[in-house]
Amino acid sequence: MIELSDITKTFNTGKQNQFTAVDNVTLAIEPQQITVFKGPSGSGKTSLLSIIGCMARPTSGRIFLHGVAAALPFRNDGGETVEITSLPERFLNEIRRSTFGFIFQQFNLVRGITVLENVMLPAYPTGEGRADFRARAENLLEQFNIARLAGQRSELLSGGEMQRVAIARALINNPSIIIADEPTAHLDSKLSHEFMEIVARLKGEGKTVLIASHDPVVFDSPHIDSVVEMRDGAVVSSRSSR
Amino acid sequence: MILPPAALALVLIGLLVSGMGTYAGYYGMRIIKYWDPGHGTERQLELERRTYLISTIMNYILGFELMSLFLFIYTADDLHTLFTGAMCAAGSLAINSFGYPALLLKIINFLFAGVWLILNYADNRGYDYPLIKIKYELLNLLVPLLVLESVLLFAYFAGIKPDIITSCCGSLFGRDSGSFSGDLAALPHRPMQIACFSGMAITAVSGMFFYLKGRSGYLFSTASAVTFLITIASMLSFICLYIYELPSHHCPFCLLQKEYGYIGYVLYAALFSGAVAGIGVGVLMPFWQVASLVRIIPGMQRRLTVVTLVCYLLFTLIVVWKMSFSALKLG
Amino acid sequence: MKRALERHLNILDFTLASLLRRKAKNFSLLAVYLLVVFMLASLQFFVTALKREAAIILSDTPDLIVQRLSAGRQDLVPVGYAEEIARIRGVTQVRPRLWGYYYDALNGANYTVIASDDPMVAPSRAAVGAGVAKTRNLAVGDLVPLTSYDKTPLMVEIGSIFPHSSDLIAADMIILTPEDFKLLFNFPKGQATDLAVSVRNPKELSTVAAKIADRFPDSRPILKSEIQRTYQSIFDWRGGMTLIILASALLSFIIFAWDRATGLSAEERKEIGILKSIGWETSDVLLLKFWEGTVISLTAFLLGVVLAYGHVFFLSAPLFAQALKGWSVIYPRFQLVPVVDAYQLAVLFFLTVIPYTTATVVPCWRAATTDPDAAMRS
Ligand SMILES: Nc1ncnc2c1ncn2[C@@H]1O[C@H](COP(=O)(O)OP(=O)(O)OP(=O)(O)O)[C@@H](O)[C@H]1O
Ligand SMILES: [Mg+2]
Repeated sequence: MIELSDITKTFNTGKQNQFTAVDNVTLAIEPQQITVFKGPSGSGKTSLLSIIGCMARPTSGRIFLHGVAAALPFRNDGGETVEITSLPERFLNEIRRSTFGFIFQQFNLVRGITVLENVMLPAYPTGEGRADFRARAENLLEQFNIARLAGQRSELLSGGEMQRVAIARALINNPSIIIADEPTAHLDSKLSHEFMEIVARLKGEGKTVLIASHDPVVFDSPHIDSVVEMRDGAVVSSRSSR
Repeated sequence: MILPPAALALVLIGLLVSGMGTYAGYYGMRIIKYWDPGHGTERQLELERRTYLISTIMNYILGFELMSLFLFIYTADDLHTLFTGAMCAAGSLAINSFGYPALLLKIINFLFAGVWLILNYADNRGYDYPLIKIKYELLNLLVPLLVLESVLLFAYFAGIKPDIITSCCGSLFGRDSGSFSGDLAALPHRPMQIACFSGMAITAVSGMFFYLKGRSGYLFSTASAVTFLITIASMLSFICLYIYELPSHHCPFCLLQKEYGYIGYVLYAALFSGAVAGIGVGVLMPFWQVASLVRIIPGMQRRLTVVTLVCYLLFTLIVVWKMSFSALKLG
Repeated sequence: MKRALERHLNILDFTLASLLRRKAKNFSLLAVYLLVVFMLASLQFFVTALKREAAIILSDTPDLIVQRLSAGRQDLVPVGYAEEIARIRGVTQVRPRLWGYYYDALNGANYTVIASDDPMVAPSRAAVGAGVAKTRNLAVGDLVPLTSYDKTPLMVEIGSIFPHSSDLIAADMIILTPEDFKLLFNFPKGQATDLAVSVRNPKELSTVAAKIADRFPDSRPILKSEIQRTYQSIFDWRGGMTLIILASALLSFIIFAWDRATGLSAEERKEIGILKSIGWETSDVLLLKFWEGTVISLTAFLLGVVLAYGHVFFLSAPLFAQALKGWSVIYPRFQLVPVVDAYQLAVLFFLTVIPYTTATVVPCWRAATTDPDAAMRS
């Protein structure tokens, strides 16, 4: 479970253009479910997800991750629970690497290198043997039916293929939580539905999935478990869709 | 003033190192002043980023100091032809009053930077920046030393005038020269041998005890530091004699030369690394109780202990080997 | 331990791939870097080689040489001086020396011709250095016509050729008997090129020199140590001056490197953003940048040193011969003997790689601390 309490993120503190992108958010996210964050543009969905995903630190507030501590190289005092907001960057990163997988709106593949290398990229700094993660990457490409593209340069792919490469990359380090920010913005509705099928399968494998989206294909999908609605940085409603 | 390229290179490195050090020290001061780990304010995030920069800089400083230490000795050695009476680095360094202080400070700064990086390593492994203040306070002690070192280095090269008559190893490290180094060289062999080898033995025993039982860390660290000093003195007093196979050649620099198979580099490298690791063990001792380091420090100390033991063992083996096969036999 | 190594290998692997992906940018950096290393290395090799040549030649010179000046120029010394100098207390031996330069019109080379009483040479039989033998394609027993002062040929037979080991000193030497020498150059009788004086006690050298200068006001005694030191410091000084001139090149290179490292392209910035967002940490990116710098530095350094080696020792340093003009005073040699040692390379390394590395520390750190969530925007 992910527990957020009073999370606030303020940009440009003390300057004229001070702006609070996330405002006092308190929220509990259930494990092994799909949670969708929806809201108008600028409502702080991306900011909130990057804080949950240990990419950015909140200005104040605390986040607790339950059930991930076993995967970490150190222990906080609280047994299985880790409080992540006060951790130095290198520890946040360690958690991010082992716990979260990210799928971005622009897919964010590195140009000029092959699909296989793109998928392996997150594993490079972990110190794992190359042969091990290479086998895993090939396996993932197989799963998403893009094994034949392994040697292709990534900028030559179609949008749907890029999407699947991005998903494979998010899974390379075996994360338990997947974070996807506007994953369907660049896809047509057929591909969007396909994406939701993949996400449902990941949930079936026991992964927690967080999606930020204003695409009805996503938040009306039968697979999702709860929807969190945001406006002006605050959570206005959080309901289970079951 | 003379301008061999090596002198230029050394002065340049001195400038770079003290420049980088000052830069790091400035941000270290800001960190001490504004550090606020409880909040994710922008300034705090910025300071946390700076710590990466400072670590990188310190790594480079350590590397540069080590390389330039040897280059400095080698250059001094190379310059001896310019001075009547100088036969190796010992004479060239004595050409004015800045040579030896510069060398000494270089060695101290190297040890200091090494110990600092050990602390830094430990700090980076704690999840709440446990040593941050201490670390940057120490850094601010190191910075003036780095600056002073490059000033001395510059003064040394600027003050060199060819054709100065100097004394060299023979008289400088001779037993009756009356200088400090001369006094060291005049230390009698027998007791020095006993002191040196028992120092090594005490370090080894206390190190093994510490490794196995995790106790008496201070004893081990002190032993390794004291042994380091004794060994440097022994270098002058008897080790050199066996290596040169000459009963009165006490110079600690000549053994860096080709004639002796560059054995000096191995000896000094082993001695310095062993000392840095050994002192590092002691510097980590006060932080045993720090909650976030409880799991970190013992493991680190054990590894450092192994480094010291291996380095000192290597040193001892080389010395014993040289002594037993030396044509020279001292009474 | 193993994990740390794997991490390095993986990141190094990615570094190499990235460098190759951005060929154009990295190539221009490499080219400038290479040029700086090349210039400095050439200078360093050149000066060291000259210094060494000088040292070797000088080690063979006598303790004290007496020349005679006439109208401010070096002139021949009457042999009569020698007998008088020999009477000065402390002087053990005075040897009049006959030597000069012979211009070989056939291939434009200058040989040093020395007269000697050594049994190695006999009338019409000469000993030559390996260099001479090579340029003229000579073997022992060959007959060589030397063009004497009045253009009549003087036939000499090659009695022996010096082995290669003595190349440095003897490569361009031709040794003749004094008689042949005088025949070749129409050298006046009772004169010598200069006098070589040996002194029993080295400490008395300067006293003896003063006495000679006192007795023969037109003579110029030169101490060996004086020559050695003069050359040593001339080379250091000239080398240093040239180095300082090159330092401006070095400085602009550092600024260039700084600029290159700071001015990351949008593409690169994006890439680092992606790496950080998918789980690379600041220190991983720093490591990436470290390897990048190391690969570029080592390539430029090794290539630059090899090119400089060719430039100095195969092409005889055409770029510096002018800047360091005057070196030919010592010896008219055109082919330098390679002397390269770890020390020189270390100095070069310090003068090029370390400034480059330092200049890139801060820009690399800036790049590495890109916000990971930047990749979520854009
Ligand atoms: N680094 C920053 N500095 C200043 N303001 C920022 C920064 N990052 C985000 N913001 C602001 O925070 C607000 C929330 O942005 P965020 O990207 O979280 O919105 P979003 O809900 O994801 O919007 P969209 O649906 O368009 O993606 C925006 O108004 C944005 O301008
Ligand atoms: Mg968004």
